Amino acid sequence: MLNIALPKGRLGEKVYAMFEQAGYECPSIKENNRKLIFENKEKGVRYFWVKPSDVSIYVERGAADVGVCGKDILAEYEPDVYELLDFKTGVCRMAVAGPKNFRDDGQHTLKVATKFENCAKAFYAQKGRDIDVIKLNGSIEIAPILGLSDVIVDIVETGTTLKENDLDVIETVFPISARFIVNKASFKFKTAAIEDLTAKLRTMLDEKERE
Amino acid sequence: MSENILRKEEKIAFELRALYQKYGYLPYKMSKFETYDLYARNKEFLEGARIVTFNDTDGKLMALKPDITLSIVKNDAHSLAKRKVYYNENVYRASKKTEGFKELHQVGVECIGELDLYDVYEMVCLAAESLKKISENFVLDISHLGILTAVLQGLNGGKDFEKSVKRCLSEKNLHELKSLCTEKGISSEKLTSLIGAYGTPRDTLAKLETLCESAEEKAALAELKSLCALLEKTDYADRIRLDFSLTGGGNYYDNVVFKGFINGIGEGVLSGGRYDRLLARMGKQSGAIGFAVYLDLLENWDREYRETDVDVVVLYDGGVAVETLASTVKALIAEGNSVSAQKSQGELRCKRLVDLRGGKKC
Repeated sequence: MLNIALPKGRLGEKVYAMFEQAGYECPSIKENNRKLIFENKEKGVRYFWVKPSDVSIYVERGAADVGVCGKDILAEYEPDVYELLDFKTGVCRMAVAGPKNFRDDGQHTLKVATKFENCAKAFYAQKGRDIDVIKLNGSIEIAPILGLSDVIVDIVETGTTLKENDLDVIETVFPISARFIVNKASFKFKTAAIEDLTAKLRTMLDEKERE
Repeated sequence: MSENILRKEEKIAFELRALYQKYGYLPYKMSKFETYDLYARNKEFLEGARIVTFNDTDGKLMALKPDITLSIVKNDAHSLAKRKVYYNENVYRASKKTEGFKELHQVGVECIGELDLYDVYEMVCLAAESLKKISENFVLDISHLGILTAVLQGLNGGKDFEKSVKRCLSEKNLHELKSLCTEKGISSEKLTSLIGAYGTPRDTLAKLETLCESAEEKAALAELKSLCALLEKTDYADRIRLDFSLTGGGNYYDNVVFKGFINGIGEGVLSGGRYDRLLARMGKQSGAIGFAVYLDLLENWDREYRETDVDVVVLYDGGVAVETLASTVKALIAEGNSVSAQKSQGELRCKRLVDLRGGKKC
C-alpha cells in the first residue's frame, strides 16, 4: 500500500485528477464529506489531504511514502527527499517585487518582507547583498506600501495582486510548479510500486505535453 | 530478566559493541568537550550542523561534541598498524530539522591507516551486519564517488555547477538536472545515466560499464566492481543496492560511501564512507573509512506500549507495620513481580492490587 500525501485545495484536486488519469483512482475521494483519508485497496493506494506546506514533512518523515508539493516549499525547507517529477501544474514563480520605479541603490541594508525567509536569505547571500529579513505570514504586499520593507520576496502567479497594490516584479528568484516527492527509505522498500507509479505519471505527463 | 530492562536501542548498542569488538575494534572513550577550533576548521564535514559552545575556565572557546569522527582522526598518532576503533557516545547538535539543540546517541566505527580492498570490504560488511542486528528487513545502498568526481571533471562546469549537480543527484531530480545542463550548454547524457543507475549490483554495474569511459572513471568502477564481487558471496548480498544518489556530505568523501535503511524508519539509520580527504586536509598521509549508526532514530520505531507500569501495587497506611509491608513486598518480588509500595494508587497501572490499609490482608 502506497501512502500518498496531497495538498488540500485546488492544486491537490488538479493533481489527484492526474493520478486518476494515470490509473490510480480512488472513487471515495469524490464523496462530499469531511474525511481526510481515502483508500483503494485494489490499486494499492491510500490518499490523504494535508496542508500544502505540511506535505514535505509527512513525506520526509515517512508518514507518507510519496506526495505532491510546490517547489516553493521544497526550496524553503529543503527536506531530504527524492524529487522524481515535475507536474508542470500550479506554475508560478518566486519573485522579488517592489514599488513601481524602485531601484536598489545598494547603499543601505535592504529590508525584505517575506513568508519565505530561507529563500530570500539564500538569494541575496548569493549576490552578497546585506539584507534585513522581515518574516510575515500573509498580506506581504502591504509591507512596502507602509514602509515596513523596501521589497518583498513572494509567490507571483499572474501579478494582478501586485499591480493592484502598485507593485512591480523586479526579478525572478526561481520558477515554481508542483513536484512529485518520495521518501528515501520508502523508495528502498517499495521500489517496484513507486517506480510503477512514477512511470505511469511520467507517461501521462509526456502525453499531456505533446497535446 | 535483565534483557527486558534494556530498551531496544540500548540492547542494539550492546550487540553492536560486541560485534565490533569481535573484529578487533577497540573501544574509544572520550570527553564530551572539544576545542571549538577543530570544528571551525572543518565546517564542511559537519554539513552546517550548529554547535553548542561555551568558554572554558581559562577563557578558551569549547564545544560540546557535535561529531566523533573529527576527534578520533585528530588524535590519530602515526603507527604501522591500522587503527581500528569503535565508539558509543552522545553528540550534541542542532540541524535544520530539529528545533533547538538535541542530544543524539551514536555508535560507530573507524579504521585509519593504509587501507586496501579488504578494509573497505570489512567496513561494508560491518555496516550490513550492524543493520541486520536492528532488523532483517534492511537495505544498504553503496556508491563510489570516484565515478561522479571523474564525470564532473570531464564536464568542467565549475564549482557552482558541480554543487547543483550533486543536489539534483541526491534528489534523483532528472528534470532540474536536464535544465541545469541545458542552461550551461553541457551534455546531460552521462549525468542522467548516473541518476538512473540504481538497483542490484549486477544490473547497475552493467549499466555503468558503458558510462565509464575515461581512465579515472574506469579505475573507480573497477574498485566498485571488486568490492561488489566480494559482497556477492555474503549472506546479505540480496540486501545490497548500488545507488548513485548517494553523494556524501561535504567534500571529504571521494571513494566508497554507503547508507543503511530499515523498513519502517523514514530516514537512513546508518551512514558512512571513505574520507581520505579529511586526513589529507589535516596533513596526514593515510586513508580512513568508517560509519555511524544513529540510534536515536530507533526510539520511535516499532514502539511497544506497555499496558501496565508495574505488576503489583501494594497499598499501605500508617497502621501497617513496616516489617509487614517489607515482607509483603519482598515475598511478591520473590514470586517474580515488580512491586511498587504506595499510599494511594494514583495513576499507576498494575496487574494486581494488594491493599494492606486498615489492617486488611489483601
